[in-house]
Amino acid sequence: MSIATSNPLAMVAELTHRCPLHCVYCSNPLELTKRGRELSTASWTRVLREAAELGVLQADFTGGEPLARPDLVELIRAARAAGLYASLITSGLPLDEKRLEELVAAGLDHFQLSFQGADEESAAEFSGTHTHAQKLRVAEWVKRHRIALTLNFVIHRANLHQLEDMIAMAEAIGPGRVEFAHVQYYGWAFENVKRLLPTREQLDRSLELIKKAEERLRGRIRVEYVVPDYYAKYPKACMGGWGRKVLLVKPDGDVLPCHAANVLPGMAFENVEKRPLRPIWEESDAFQKYRGVDWMPELCRSCDRREQDFGGCRCQAFLLAKDAAATDPVCSKSPQRGIVDAILRGINAPPAQVPAEWMYRANPK
Amino acid sequence: MIPQPESRPRLVPGCRLNEKSQAQRVLLMPERALRLSGPSLEIVERCDGKHTVRQIITELQAIYSKAEPQKVEQDILEYLARLQEQRALDFE
Repeated sequence: MSIATSNPLAMVAELTHRCPLHCVYCSNPLELTKRGRELSTASWTRVLREAAELGVLQADFTGGEPLARPDLVELIRAARAAGLYASLITSGLPLDEKRLEELVAAGLDHFQLSFQGADEESAAEFSGTHTHAQKLRVAEWVKRHRIALTLNFVIHRANLHQLEDMIAMAEAIGPGRVEFAHVQYYGWAFENVKRLLPTREQLDRSLELIKKAEERLRGRIRVEYVVPDYYAKYPKACMGGWGRKVLLVKPDGDVLPCHAANVLPGMAFENVEKRPLRPIWEESDAFQKYRGVDWMPELCRSCDRREQDFGGCRCQAFLLAKDAAATDPVCSKSPQRGIVDAILRGINAPPAQVPAEWMYRANPK
Repeated sequence: MIPQPESRPRLVPGCRLNEKSQAQRVLLMPERALRLSGPSLEIVERCDGKHTVRQIITELQAIYSKAEPQKVEQDILEYLARLQEQRALDFE
């Protein structure tokens, strides 16, 4: 039986897993897609059209590093031709001014540039590459065009002390929007979670700094702060609810309800080369599995927050509680909240017990 | 911030209406989309850097002639201020 559903609003187009960075918290799955299995330009163009017909409003081009796709300009043009809003989520390399002009001419609406630190040295530690100077140049180029610019600072325990410098940097660059986003602890980041989760004290201090920045920058720069849900009382509405607002297309064409969903056991994903996007969204097992409230454990189904947070995150339930259909263990009502509390105790106990070395990842050629 | 009557609101770069041909009109911007209909659509369509705040008020008072003019003005000023705070528009 299929569960009645609304149409998705955004499609995350994960164009490639190739990337010049080697971030210690990379959000891509542990098993990366090789270049030879990436979708062709023609397939992406068709998928963008199918997405618009399904009601999608926005296409978010990401990766890996989407700029690693030589046909990115064509794909932006295809998104605009389909009537979509086109966002590029990028590290800013490889990019020069000429290619940026081509992207803008093709109709790029929004450029989201990531930063791994407030200076070259720390950014290089976390990303395993020297990219900071290039990112600053890219921000200046983007500002010469009439498109939206978002700066996205990826923050965590080891760089949160730079938050004031990051805010000052954002203020000097002057984007329309700045996002300070704690790493989410999935994939590679889950391997490094004990070095990434901030302490309670760090988190409280950061909240104060963000609040001041919001007040000072109101009307000039929109400030957004994404905090680690391990410290929250209730879980996040992951992806706005499973199969409710967002769909994600992998480099090889598999369609997922969220980018970490392939960690879940027993999930089979359908592919855009075999079936159009609409039936995949409306009928495929992967999208049906945790859609709505019927799948929920009694604790969630009888909770008055069930349509606010939708039981939280399935991947987090699986990673922490080993059960993808459990209430997200970050929820204070969850019988498994103790797992999260134990991790937090480890992080906050003096002296903090953190592993000495980062685990860097290799990227596919 | 209270919008000044002679200022001209204009959508910022990267913030735009979707195509007229689409059934549901929305204001598209980074990571969000605002559904527009009726008065909100009439207002946003005029945030083109040409209409002044005063002109927008006058035109909407004419369209919604059954509504209390004072109330129409108040609603427009609040809506424009909110869009500015969300970085959807600037006053030129």
